[in-house]
Amino acid sequence: MSTVRVLVGTRKGAFILTSDGTRKQWDVSGPHFAGWEMYHLKGSPAEPSRIYASQTSSWFGQIIQRSDDGGKTWHQPGTPPGEPTTTPDGMPKGESNKFVYDTSPETGKPLTTHQHYDGTQRPWEFKRVWHLEPSLTDPDTVYAGIEDAALFRSSNGGQTWQELSGLRDVKGNLWQPGAGGMCLHTIVQDPTNLQRMYIAISAAGAFRTDDGGKTWRAITRGLKSQYELPDPDAEVGHCVHRIAMHPSRPNVLFMQKHWDVMRSDDAGESWHEVSGNLPTDFGFPIDVHAHEPETIYVVPIKSDSEHYPPDGKLRVYRSRTGGNEWEALTNGLPQRDCYVNVLRDAMAVDTLDACGIYFGTSGGQVYGSANAGDSWTAIVRDLPAVLSIEVQTLP
Amino acid sequence: MIRVVLPAHLRTLARVDGEVIVNVKGMVTQRSVLDALEARYPMLQGTIREHGTLKRRAFVRFFACEQDLSHESPDTPLPEAVATGAEPFLIVGAMAGG
Repeated sequence: MSTVRVLVGTRKGAFILTSDGTRKQWDVSGPHFAGWEMYHLKGSPAEPSRIYASQTSSWFGQIIQRSDDGGKTWHQPGTPPGEPTTTPDGMPKGESNKFVYDTSPETGKPLTTHQHYDGTQRPWEFKRVWHLEPSLTDPDTVYAGIEDAALFRSSNGGQTWQELSGLRDVKGNLWQPGAGGMCLHTIVQDPTNLQRMYIAISAAGAFRTDDGGKTWRAITRGLKSQYELPDPDAEVGHCVHRIAMHPSRPNVLFMQKHWDVMRSDDAGESWHEVSGNLPTDFGFPIDVHAHEPETIYVVPIKSDSEHYPPDGKLRVYRSRTGGNEWEALTNGLPQRDCYVNVLRDAMAVDTLDACGIYFGTSGGQVYGSANAGDSWTAIVRDLPAVLSIEVQTLP
Repeated sequence: MIRVVLPAHLRTLARVDGEVIVNVKGMVTQRSVLDALEARYPMLQGTIREHGTLKRRAFVRFFACEQDLSHESPDTPLPEAVATGAEPFLIVGAMAGG
C-alpha cells in the first residue's frame, strides 16, 4: 500500500507525519532541528528519499540540511553523518550554507541595488532561504528562493550554491521589500520543458525564464494592484503570494495575489481574475487537485491587515471550474472563534485517489482531507506555527 | 588554549558538548579565536559572523570576564584571563524579550 509523508516546517522545528494510503492513522516524528525556524522542506521528485530543508535563525543564520533516507537522519550537504567536518589538511567543508550574491566582474562591487523602505537604493543582502525546489529530474539539482529576492541553484546536492542573477535584470532596481520582506518564495518548474520555470517574489511580481534561468521577464500583464501600487498595471511591484500549476497543463497557471485570485491560460503571458464568489480574495496559498486540473483550492483570509479567516470560520474554498465558482469546504474545520492564518507554502496535495489535501496554520494545526476536501481532520493540533507543508506520495 | 562556550543550538550544529577548546597562534583576539573556531568547526561559518563580511551577526553577543565585548574591534586583544584559559570566551544568543 502507498505511504504518504507530510513534511511540516514550523517556527520551532520540523515534523514529519507519516500514514499509509488510508490516511487515517498518522505517526508524528519531530521536532527535528528543535528551536530553529524551518522555512521549508521538500523531497526530490527524482529520488524521494532525498529531502532538502531550510533551517534558519535570526540569531545564527542559514543552514541547509539534507536527508538521504526519507528524513530519518540529516546532514549538511558535503558533510555526511559521522564524517569529519574538515579535510585532512584542515580545510573547511562547510560551504553548503553560503549564499553569496553575484558581484560585478569589473569592480567586485554589488551587481545591482534595489529600493529600500526609505526610497534609497541598497545592495542585496542575504537573509534566509524561503523555499527549496528540487529538480524534477536530477536529485542533485535544487533551486533555492532567497530573501533578499534571488534564485540560487545547486548542482551538487546542496553542497555549493550559485545565483541565477539574470533575474535581477528585470527592473530589480525598482523592487522593494513589502512588510514581510523581499522574498522569492515560489518556484514552479514546467515538467514538459525543463528550460522553463516560473518564480514569484513578494512585492516584486511573477517572472518566467525559458532558458534555464539565464534570462527572465516579468509575466504580470493583467494583474492590477490598485491599492498597493501607484500604477496598478505596473510591470513589476505586484505582491504575488503563490503560483500553482497542474503538471498535465503547464501553460495554465493559478495565482493567489495579495488581493485577487488570478488565472493564466498562456504560460503567464496574460492573467484574468477568477475570484468570483469568494468571500474575500485575499489569501496566501493556492493549489491544484492532483487529478483534476480544473479543481483548485484557496484559503480566503479577511484582509491584508487582518490575517485570519472571515467571521472566525476556517474555510477552504474549492473551485471545480478553474475559478470563478467557489464552494466552501467546512466539514471538520472550526466554524467559530478561529483566527489562524495559513501561509503561502503551507498547503499541498498528495497524488492518491482520492486526492489528499493538507494545510497547516499559524496556530499549529495540520489539517488533512483524504477526499479532495469534502471532509477534514486535524492530524496534529498543537505544533508551533506552521510555515510550510509538502507532501510525498510513496509507492 | 582558549576555552569557548557556545550557545546550545551551535553546540548541536557542531556536535559538541560543553566547552570547546581552540588553539590560537599569535595575538588572542575575537577575530583569531573565531577564525580558529570556524576552522575547527566549519559548520559554524556564517552562524556567528556573516559570510563574506565576517561581521558579528546582529543577535550574537561576545562576553568574557563579566564584560560585554560585542562592540569591541575584532582585533582588540581579549582579556589576559581568556588568553591564558583561566576564563572562557562566551558566544551568546541575544535575549529575545517580549
